[in-house]
Formats: sequence, C-alpha cells, structure tokens
Amino acid sequence: MENKKENPIKRFLKIRGMGAALIAFAALIIIYLAFGLINNKVFTATNIHNLLRSMSKYLLIGVGQAYLLITGNIDLSIGSVVAMSSMISATLMSHGTPIIPAILVALAACLLAGLINGILVGKFQLPPFIATLGTMFCGRGVAYIVNNNRNTDAISSGIGKEAGDLFQNIFYYGKTFGLFNPFIIAFVVFLVFFFILSKTRTGRHIYAIGSNVEAAKLSGVSVFSTTTKAYLVSAFCSWIVGLILCAQASMGNMEAGVSYEMYGVAAGVIGGISPLGGTGLLLGVLAGSAVWQTLENGLNMVGAQVGLQRIVIGVIVVFSVLLDVLFRGGSKVKAAKKAKKAE
Amino acid sequence: MNDVIVKMENICKTFPGVKALDDVHFELRSGEVMALLGENGAGKSTLMKILSGVYSCDSGDIEILGNHYSTLSPKQAQAAGVAIIHQELNMCRHLTVAENMFLGREMRGGLVLKNREMEKIAKTILDDLKIDISPSQVVGELAVSKQQMVEIAKSLSMDAKVLIMDEPTSSLSAKEIEDLFRIVRTLKEKGCGIVFISHRLEELQHIADRVTIMRDGHYITSMNYKDTTIDEIISHMVGREIKEKFPRVNCEKGRKIFEVKNLNAGPMVRDINFELYAGEIVGFAGLVGAGRTETTRAIFGADPKTEGTIILEGQEVKITCVNDSIKAGIVLAPEDRKRDGLCTKLSLKDNIALPNLDFLCNKLGVVKNKEINETCDKAIGNFKIKTAGLDVDAGTLSGGNQQKVVVAKWLARNSKVVIFDEPTRGIDVAAKVEIYNLMNKLKQEGIAVMFVSSEMPEIMGIADRIIVMCDGRITGEMSAEEATQEKIMTLATKFENKLVG
Repeated sequence: MENKKENPIKRFLKIRGMGAALIAFAALIIIYLAFGLINNKVFTATNIHNLLRSMSKYLLIGVGQAYLLITGNIDLSIGSVVAMSSMISATLMSHGTPIIPAILVALAACLLAGLINGILVGKFQLPPFIATLGTMFCGRGVAYIVNNNRNTDAISSGIGKEAGDLFQNIFYYGKTFGLFNPFIIAFVVFLVFFFILSKTRTGRHIYAIGSNVEAAKLSGVSVFSTTTKAYLVSAFCSWIVGLILCAQASMGNMEAGVSYEMYGVAAGVIGGISPLGGTGLLLGVLAGSAVWQTLENGLNMVGAQVGLQRIVIGVIVVFSVLLDVLFRGGSKVKAAKKAKKAE
Repeated sequence: MNDVIVKMENICKTFPGVKALDDVHFELRSGEVMALLGENGAGKSTLMKILSGVYSCDSGDIEILGNHYSTLSPKQAQAAGVAIIHQELNMCRHLTVAENMFLGREMRGGLVLKNREMEKIAKTILDDLKIDISPSQVVGELAVSKQQMVEIAKSLSMDAKVLIMDEPTSSLSAKEIEDLFRIVRTLKEKGCGIVFISHRLEELQHIADRVTIMRDGHYITSMNYKDTTIDEIISHMVGREIKEKFPRVNCEKGRKIFEVKNLNAGPMVRDINFELYAGEIVGFAGLVGAGRTETTRAIFGADPKTEGTIILEGQEVKITCVNDSIKAGIVLAPEDRKRDGLCTKLSLKDNIALPNLDFLCNKLGVVKNKEINETCDKAIGNFKIKTAGLDVDAGTLSGGNQQKVVVAKWLARNSKVVIFDEPTRGIDVAAKVEIYNLMNKLKQEGIAVMFVSSEMPEIMGIADRIIVMCDGRITGEMSAEEATQEKIMTLATKFENKLVG
C-alpha cells in the first residue's frame, strides 16, 4: 500500500485517456503561442475573454457528445436540440413570458428529445446513427414550427424587453468574477459532468457499456438506463447552448446550431475521446474545445479565410483519430509481443 | 466424502431440429474438480449453460446447495453461487481490474464511488489466490491468462461456490496453465466445486478428481479419475454405433493433383504436409479449433502464410491472395455459408456469377447477361439445385441448396481442387446425402476433394483417406479401412504435452 501512495504522478498518468488529454493540452499551448507570435493581439486580455466566451459553446457541446462517444454511441440531434432550445425560449419570452418558465419549458422539450433518443437506442437497439438522425430532423422541424416558420423578433424589445435584457445579460453579455457568464456557466456544467463521469456509478457504467456491452450486461449493468442518461446529458448541454445562442443573437434563430453535433465530435476526438467507446476523459474535451476555438480565433486574427479555417480543423480532427488508431494498433502489437515473450 | 452441491436430474433440452440434451444427469461435490468430457456437440456447453441460467431446460430438476429450481435466470444462478468463466472472456478491457470485479456492484459512499476501498478488497482477493496483478491495472493490457484469473477472482468476489470453466487452458502457455491449476487447487481447498470442460485429456491427471462423460446429448458415465484410463475415457466418448449408411463410391486412385509442403501460418497451422490424388476424397478430422479451417484459409490465400509451397499438377503455384488461388483452380466452400460463402441478399444468379465475372463480362466490364443465365441454368441442372428461379435471394434457399450454390459457383469455372469446410453443418439428413453425392461426383470427375468435418461418422463413411489434426499440426493419417473412432479420437486429442509429469 505504501508503495502505491509514493507514486501519485504515475497513478495520475494511468487514468484512462489522460495521455491523449495531455497531448491535446500541449497542442493547445503550442497553437496558442504560435498565433500569438504572429499577432500580438492574441495575447490581450480582451481577446482571451472573447476566446473563452466563444469556446463555452464548443465545450458544452463537446461534453454532451463525449458522454455518447464514450458509451460507443453518437448523438446527431444536438444541433436541432440547440435550435429547439433557442426557438422555444425566445418565442415565449418575446410573447412576455418571464425568463424562468420560458427556459424551463425549453428544458423540458430538450430532455424529451434526449429521452426519445435513449429509448430508441437503449431499449429498441436502433443504430444510434439512425435513431438520432430521426430526432435531428424532427427537432429541427419543431424549431421551425414553434414560431410559425419565422425567426422570433428581438427578445429585448416590445413586451419582453425587461426580461430579454436580463436574459441576454445572464447568458451572454454579463460578467461574474471578471469572466463572461457563458464561460462560467459552461465551466460549472463541465465540472458537474466531470464529477459524474469519473466519480459516480453512472459514470463507471458509461465507460463499461462503451467498452463491452455484453460484459456490462452480464454484470448487471442496465444498458437502457445508462444509455438514456447519456442522451439526457447531451440534451441538457444542448439546452444551455441554445440559451447562449439566443442571448447572443437577442432572438431565436431556426437555423441555430446547425452541424453543432459534429463540432462536438470534433472537440471530443481532438481531446482523445475514442469514437469507438470505452475511453476518454472530459478533461480532453476541455482541451479539444479550446484547441478548436483557438484555431478559429487565431486564424481569424492572422486574417485567414473561413475556408482555410475549416480545412485546418478537418485535418486536425482526422489526424487526432489517426493517432488514436495508430496508438491502439501499436499497443495491440505490443500486447501480442508481450504474450509471446511470456511463452 | 464432501457434500453434493449441484445435482441436475433428467435434464432435457431441444433446439429447433436437434435434441441437444436427453435425460442428462450431473452431480458436483464441494471441493472437487469434475472434468466434463465429450466430443464437440456432445452437449457439455449446453448443460453448463443451463446450470448458469443462459439457457432454460425443457424439463428436469436442478438442485444447487439444497435449493431446487426448474428454471434459472442468469441472475438467479449468480445469486445461487454459480459462476461461469467463458471461453471468450467477458471483460471491459478499458476498465481496471478492480473496476471489472465490482462492475454492477460498485461500492458507494453517498454518490461517490469508493475506489480505494474496492481496490483494497480486490487486492485481498487477488492476494488470497496468490495472483500477482495490481487491481489498478487496465484489463486490456493484461495477457489472456491474467484476464482469465481476473474473471476467476471476480466470481469469487461474488461468493461463487460453483465455478464452471469452459476450455480454460486452450490459449495458455505451460507456465500459465500451472498458475491456473494452482489457483484451481486453492479454490478446491476453499470448498468450491469446479466443473472443468476440456479436450486436453492429458491435463486431467494434474487436476481432475472425477470425470463425467457425455456423448450426443446423453449422459454416459461418471467415474473417479483414479479408477480409469485415458483409453477408457476415449472409448466412452466415441463408443457409438454407426447406423447411418453413407453412399461411398469406389474409384481408381489416380495421379497426384495437389500437394502442400511445409505450410505454416500462425500458431494454428504448423508444418502441414499432405497430398491429394484424383479419384479420392481426403477427410480432415479433428476437434473444433484443431486448425483445420485455418489450414484451408491459408491454402486458399484468405489468410497470409509465413511459409509453404503449394504444388498443383506438378507446378508450383504462388498464392498470395484469394484471386491467385481461384485463377489456379483451387477453391474453398467455407465453413460458415451465410457469412463467408454467399452474399445472402443477392440472388442465386448473382452469387454464381460473382467469382466468374472475369469471363462473364465483355472488355468494358459490362456483364453479359445471356451467358450468365446459360451458366446458371447449367449449374442448376448439374447440381439439382431446388429453386423457384434464378432471381431468388440466395439466403432464402435451404441449407443444402445454399451449399450447392457455393460449389456451383466454383465449378462454373475450371476448378481442380475443391476444399469443403464442414459442408453438412446445420442441414438435414436428405440434404447431407446430396452433398455426399456431390462430393462423390467431383471425385469421379477427377477433381481433388479435401473434406473437413468434425463429425466422425461422416468422415469415416465418405473419405477414402483420413488425416487427423490437433493443435494446428497433423497428428496422423490412415486409410478408411484402418479407421476406428477410437483411433481418430486418440489422434485428435494428441495435444502437445505442455505440462511435464
């Protein structure tokens, strides 16, 4: 026992997915410094604040998607649920509903979408790609219907002005402890889900079903409830992102969050979440979403075109999965060699 | 003597079309290792799956530690103290040893998992069994033997009193087997009863207290290991009368067509040498997992080989991929028709045409439909394939007809060597006879036939020469006249002796 306590660093490094997460952090620092050297403005406090605020969306989406990736599933409905959240809360507020009931109705709708995903994938064993493709279309449809196929009016005008101003302040423009609120919110949500994933039974089961469903079932893990919980987490994160987008734009936008689900996959994958399930750390998502935002921000600052940004991000996503595959392949060969040696 | 902890009586189980277990008895005492023996398909695994709740039996009584059950669910079996160590290990490879051991039964303080405490208990159990594995190690990084020990430790942590081990030694090295046996002896001292399923009869002397022998779904006998011999065990395992008649055709043995020299491909294909002559069927006997399928795949070029020469009609042929083999005229009707043999969602016509599109297409690659239809009509007539038409999905045909389609697609081109891997598995008796006739027909036409089968009667009834494999090696060869079930079984269980003594 004594021996083990002497080596906390080793223990820390052995946590699953830690290696990949640390690599992502290293990459983040390098990318950040590189852009900073090209354009000093990258280092200014204003830019750092802006960077953290923009990053909060990707962090939240990444956390939600990471829960699914670790269970070996995927959630394609994230973007649509974001739009639902934005449209429902904005429509209600622009018609004079106070903030809290408005966002709670939006939350209920989002969680319902998550629940449906969980039932389809966990109970009926539908391929997650198809099941969530269905909710993706339906969710977008709901976002359209909510305000009769139009974006909402500005929420901080008309009868909802007071509530709208407050809402925008809370979810986008205001600051707490010197940091923009959306980042604070995202970070708190991140900490809560980090805790759940690494310290609770639900978290353990999420890793287990992603690693080997059969073994998990035979050990008495409920695949249905675990899968559903993961989809609810993702829906919850999407809900907050929807609120942030709504506050930022001061209106509900039917096209909000398009392809966010894929940004979530990218943030997770860059941070070392295996798209095959079973391994990965939320810490990696923190790094992954920061890498993503830093790239976007940095390429902007040095004046690169949007097209170029997309290409760079695409290459980085593929490259990080390629690393994962090569690493896995490598470790397999190593294991086989070890086994041979033992003989 | 020790108490009886498991008593199974009059157990019957029918699967569609097969009576898997017929009035089977089984008894296990505490503190003993019971070796459960029998050929493939004797019903050992089915019986143990009933005991562990994976299958339910049609009738019979199960008594575990004094409680009676007519059916068991996996959860009930677990609660009753039965644990099964599967042949294919069931672990979450990304999780640690302790996490796997406590999966589904995690200890918590409030919401938070008590990781340190679980690791401590895991460590105690592992130490108790003298297993040198750290509980914080990730399971995927452990060797298979260590993973198996983790499974054993897991079942102990659940207070299992009955441990079923299905072929636990098959992938272990000598040192690992010794470790495993040491642990099994520790379990015995703790009063656990252990069911040990194995084909490696030579291992029994190190571990078995009693043996139960099954054959074709029947209970044959139980004895003390001390009072019996390996020869007696083998004769009980195979002692069936062969009542079926096989349509043997006598042919003049012709010239040598095919020769394999020093074929090596991984651990399951080691130094294989054999020859095939025109006018004979060569049977490859052995237990499941003897390396016969691997051998056929290596010859056919479906798996890479490390070494080996293949000679066809006196000429060496280089086979590095399946295409080389097909071009040369060496073809394979694989073991799993539905997975490897046919595209079940394509039509019969498409399946027959698929490997022959090289000559059924014009230079631009456009398919010549008329010629395909002619080829298929010929094949259907030749092989008497029963089908409603050429456009029927191959997957909807009966098993026997599917097998004929697999062969027909190869014989639409000029094939010289046909390898059958378990061609009669899962098809009814009448269809089996048609497959035998088909093989006989090829034999008469001078095509070399290699016939892999785990069913001893059909190999003895159809093959002219029998080669027996075990553990990736050829362990013997005999003519059909010399062959007896005992001889084949003895050769089929001639494992390399890993343990000394």
